Amino acid sequence: MTEISLNILDVAENSTRAGASLVSITVDADFPNDRLTVVIDDNGCGMTPEQVEQVTDPFFTSRTTRKVGLGVPFFKMAAESTGGSFSITSQPGVGTTVTAVFVLSHIDRMPLGDITTTIHTLVVYHPESDFLYRYKYNDRSFVLDTREFRQILGDDISFDTPDISAYIMDYLNENKLETDGGAVY
Amino acid sequence: MKSLEELRAIREKMQSQVSMRAEDHAHTRVVVGMATCGIASGARPVLTRLSTLVQERNLTDKISVTQTGCIGLCQYEPIVEVMEPGKPKITYIKMTPDKAEEVLERHLVGGHVVEEYTLSGADIK
Repeated sequence: MTEISLNILDVAENSTRAGASLVSITVDADFPNDRLTVVIDDNGCGMTPEQVEQVTDPFFTSRTTRKVGLGVPFFKMAAESTGGSFSITSQPGVGTTVTAVFVLSHIDRMPLGDITTTIHTLVVYHPESDFLYRYKYNDRSFVLDTREFRQILGDDISFDTPDISAYIMDYLNENKLETDGGAVY
Repeated sequence: MKSLEELRAIREKMQSQVSMRAEDHAHTRVVVGMATCGIASGARPVLTRLSTLVQERNLTDKISVTQTGCIGLCQYEPIVEVMEPGKPKITYIKMTPDKAEEVLERHLVGGHVVEEYTLSGADIK
């Protein structure tokens, strides 16, 4: 993985696969404190304490197409190699929260990357889940809540309709630019 | 900040249009592998390019671009599968945005499978 945002794309996929109706993703860049915090929180099927133990083991996966599961271990390694931290809390039937903290100034921190395309991809290709995306940059922030979009659009217009997909992309791009002034980090 | 008002306006505009989406059995499905293996080897830009092109060329009535998990051929990712009604599935391997565009033009629009990019046709070492 070359971007933090690709890790987010991958790990959030686990939430949709767990049948979550709502996936909350927070990206919080706090330069005064030198931390980038990513939280992925879902109300999916959750995991038992045993499964939580196993999930950071690259040689564990619940899939049957192959024997390794690298998504969570990659994310954990990316965070911890910057002197940050990584945690998963989960409860069966309630949901799962994944938190990764990166030290922004650490030389081994991979760039955030194209977070806008990542969120767009998640939102447009997972019509069965709602997403609550919060982007914070120091003391500024914006929110994307697909439940608000659905309320306006009703059930018959899907997010992959060209006009809607383009609106969502513009929404993410413009609001991110207003929030971080186009900062690349 | 971009407002929800704009979305309401788009919704108003669309309300007058009747959905022309073809029946599912007449749809060509283009599926991009987006598990860890796919994402790590560059599937996101492939998916973005394909869906952008399909929208730009007004092919959304005929072609749907979706994503899937890992199909167990991680070493050949990014993988794009093309499922046309009544035809065998074609598996394209080691895709890039440019190769995917070529597949769209030659296969999905032109009707000829791009053999050199397929799992069966590629020179696999």
